[in-house]
Amino acid sequence: MSMMDWIDARFPATKMWKEHISEYYAPKNFNFWYYFGSLALLILVLQIITGIFLTMNYKPDAELAFASVEYIMRDVEWGWLIRYLHSTGASAFFVVIYLHMFRGLMYGSYKQPRELIWIFGMLLYVVLMAEAFMGYLLPWGQMSYWGAQVIISLFGALPVIGEDLALWIRGDYVVADATLNRFFAMHVIALPIVLLGLVAAHILALHEVGSNNPDGVDIKKNKDANGKPVDGIPFHPYYTVKDLVGVVVFLFIFSLVLFYMPEFGGWFLEKDNFIPADPLKTPEHIVPLWYFTPFYAILRAVPDKLFGVIAMGLAIVVLFLLPWLDRSRTRSIRYRGPYFRIALVVFVISFLALGYLGTQPATFLYTLMAQIFTVLYFAFFLLMPIYTKFDKDKPVPERVTTK
Amino acid sequence: MSDTIDTGKRRFLTAAASVVGGAGAVAVAIPFVSSIAPSAKAEAAGAPVQIDISQLEPGQLLTVEWRGKPVWIFRRSEEILNTLPTLNDELRDPQSEQTQQPEYAQNETRSIRKDVMVMVGICTHLGCSPTYRPEIAPEDLGENWKGGFFCPCHGSRFDLAGRVFQGVPAPTNLVVPPYHYQGDNVVIVGEDAQGAA
Amino acid sequence: MRNLTFAALISVFSVFSTLAIAAGPSSKLDTVDIDLTDKASLQRGAHTFVNYCLSCHGASLMRYNRMAKDLGLTDDQVAENLMFATDKIGDTMQIAMRAEDAKRWFGVVPPDLSVIARARGTDWLYTYLRTFYLDESRPMGTNNLAFKDVGMPHVLWEQQGYQAIDEYGHLSVEQEGALTPRQYDMMSRDLVNFLAYISEPSKLQRLALGKWVLLYLAIFFVIALALKKAYWKDVH
Repeated sequence: MSMMDWIDARFPATKMWKEHISEYYAPKNFNFWYYFGSLALLILVLQIITGIFLTMNYKPDAELAFASVEYIMRDVEWGWLIRYLHSTGASAFFVVIYLHMFRGLMYGSYKQPRELIWIFGMLLYVVLMAEAFMGYLLPWGQMSYWGAQVIISLFGALPVIGEDLALWIRGDYVVADATLNRFFAMHVIALPIVLLGLVAAHILALHEVGSNNPDGVDIKKNKDANGKPVDGIPFHPYYTVKDLVGVVVFLFIFSLVLFYMPEFGGWFLEKDNFIPADPLKTPEHIVPLWYFTPFYAILRAVPDKLFGVIAMGLAIVVLFLLPWLDRSRTRSIRYRGPYFRIALVVFVISFLALGYLGTQPATFLYTLMAQIFTVLYFAFFLLMPIYTKFDKDKPVPERVTTK
Repeated sequence: MSDTIDTGKRRFLTAAASVVGGAGAVAVAIPFVSSIAPSAKAEAAGAPVQIDISQLEPGQLLTVEWRGKPVWIFRRSEEILNTLPTLNDELRDPQSEQTQQPEYAQNETRSIRKDVMVMVGICTHLGCSPTYRPEIAPEDLGENWKGGFFCPCHGSRFDLAGRVFQGVPAPTNLVVPPYHYQGDNVVIVGEDAQGAA
Repeated sequence: MRNLTFAALISVFSVFSTLAIAAGPSSKLDTVDIDLTDKASLQRGAHTFVNYCLSCHGASLMRYNRMAKDLGLTDDQVAENLMFATDKIGDTMQIAMRAEDAKRWFGVVPPDLSVIARARGTDWLYTYLRTFYLDESRPMGTNNLAFKDVGMPHVLWEQQGYQAIDEYGHLSVEQEGALTPRQYDMMSRDLVNFLAYISEPSKLQRLALGKWVLLYLAIFFVIALALKKAYWKDVH
C-alpha cells in the first residue's frame, strides 16, 4: 500500500486535488482577463508572508511606529525589500482586484448561478478595503494619520450615534495610540482571517458551479461520453502552466515598480507619509490612497455630510445588487446589445474620472464634474433593470469560440 | 486531445521550469531568512565593551554586559592560582581541550593574564547565571569547596577558572569571550587583538 | 483585441505614474541633479551636514557606521572627522539639543532630517538652501522663498552671504559670502545629495538588485511560455 493510499484513507488529499485542480474542468477559452484571479491569490500570499516578517520588527506604538518602519528600511537586513514588497503589494492587490471585477462585469460572471461567487467577492473587496485602510495607518506618517482621522470622522455624520461611534472606533478624542494599536490588531490578525475564509468560500462556490468564460456559454451543457465537458480542460496542467506565464509577467511589472519606483510618483508611498504624524498640523492636501479615490470623490460630490456618507456607502452597496439588477439572459458582452455596451463604457469612464477627481482639490469645476460622474455611476446600476431588459442581445453560440 | 503530443518535450520543460522556479523560490527565501538575524541596531548594541580594571582588587568580581550577557571580570590572588592545578582530578576538562575559549586563553588559567579572569557568566547547562562563591568550604557547598561558581538552577559547579566539575549537569567549561588588553588596565571584551569579533 | 487591451493598460499605467501629486508651495523650484554614486560628493555633503545641520537637526535613523560603509570611509575616519555628538560608531546621528529649548529659540522644533528628502523632494531642499533673503520683519532677520516665514536662520550665511529681494521676488547679492555663487551651489548640491542618501540608504542596493531580478524573470518567462505552449498544443 502506498503512502498516498494510507493518507487518502484518512484525509481526502487525492480527492481534493482532483476536485479542485487536476479534474476541475475549466472552459478552454479563457483570455487575458482570466489571469487576475490567480494573481490576486498570489498577492494575498505575498502580503501575508511579508506581513508576518514586518510584524517581527514593527512597533504598534505612536511613539515608536514611524521609526520602527524606518528601522526595517535600514537596520533590518533586507528589511527594505520586505517592506517594499508589502507596500507595492498593497497597490498591486487593488490593481488586480479591479481588473478581476471588471472581468466579471464584462462577461456577466455575477449572473445566475454565480450570484454567491459575486457576493463573496464583493465581501472580499470590502474587507480588503478595510484591511488596506487600517494597514495604511501603521507607518504613522502624516497621510496615515490624517487619512484615518478624516475617514473615521465620516462615521460622525451618522445621526444621533455618529459622534459616539467615531469616538468608540478611535478609542480616544483624536486618532491616537489606542487607534493605532487596535488597527494593528485588526490588520495583522482579524481581517486576514476573514479574508482567508472568504477566499475559501469564493473558490468553493466557483468550483461548485464552474467557471464562466468570455462567451458566457455554460460548458456543462455539452458533455462527452465520459461526462467531461467538451469545451473544458483540466485546470492542471493546462491552466497551471498558463497562469505561471501570467505570474511571471505580473512579477516582471511588479518588480519594475518595486525596484525602480516604489513610491510610484507618490501614488503608492505618499511624500507626506515621510513626515511623522503630527496631530496639530494637517498636510496641505489630504488625498486618500488611489484605490479609494472614486468613492472619496462621490463623498465630496454630495454637498451634505450625512448624504455624502450615505452616497459613498450606496456606491458599494449597489455593486452587491448587480446580479439582480441585470435582467438580461445574456452573460458576455460579446453577445450583449448596444445599451449594455454603452452603459459599461460610461461606467468605466465615470469610475476612472471619479478616481482622478478624488485626488484633486475640490474646486467648483471639479466638484461639478464629480457630481455628473456620480450620477452616471449610479445610473449604470439603477437603470440597469430597464436597459438590460430592452437590450437587443445577439444569439449566444452553443459552444465556446476560440480564435 | 490525441494529436502528436511530445511528452519528452513536456517533461523536459516541466523539469526546467521546476529547477528555475525552485532556484527563484530559494533566492526569495534568502532575504526573509536573513532578516531574522541580528539587525544593525542589535549589532551596534553588541559592540565590544571597554572596562577599566585599575581599581579591581583581588577577589573582587565585576559584571559587565556584552551582547546582553553578563561577562565577569575578576582578579585572582596568588593563592587561588596555586589552588587551580590541585583541582584537576575533579574536573571534566581540566586542560580546556574543548573550544570554549579563544586560543590565547587555552592555558592553565584560561586567561591572557594569569591574575585577571574574563568569562561569560552563563551556565553551559541551560543558560542560568551561576553565583560567585569565592569563600572556602561554606556549609552549603561542602568542605571540599575551594571557591568557584555555583549554578542555583541545577547545581552545576565551576572553579575560579570557569572549569566544570565532574558529576554536575553542565557539560563543558564556562565560555571565555574574545577579549584583549589595551595598555595595562583596559580590557576590551568582544574583540580579539586583531579586531575580529 | 489582446494587443489593444495591453496598450490600454500600459497607457493608463504611464499616465498615472506621471501625474505626480502637487505638494507644497506653488512657487517654482530649482532643479538639482544629484548622484548617489558620487562618493566624493556624499562625503562633502556629510561634512557640511555634521558641521552645520547636526547641531539642531538630528538624523536619528541613520547610523554612523552604516554611513561609513556606504560612503567608502573607515570607521576611524568617520569617528575622527564626522562624529562629534557621540563616541560610539554604531550610534545614530542624534543631537543633544532638547526639544523644549529648540521650541523656545526657533518657535518650532527643528525636524529630524533622516527622511526629509523623501518628504520634501531634492529640488525643494536645493531651492530652500539657496533662497534665504533678508527680511527685517522676521525674528531671525531672514526669510525663504521655498519655505515662507521659516523659523530657521540662514545658517550658511558665511558661505553664501546675504541676498536681498526686490518687489518682483528676484534675489540679488547684498553681501558677499566666502564662496562664489557657483561654489555655494556645489555645496548645496552635495548637501542635498547627502540628504537624499540618508533618506534611503539602501537605494543603490535596490537598483542594483532590480536588474538581476528582471533578468531572472525574463529567462523564466521564456521557459514558462515554452512550457505553456507544449501543453496547449492539444487544445483546439
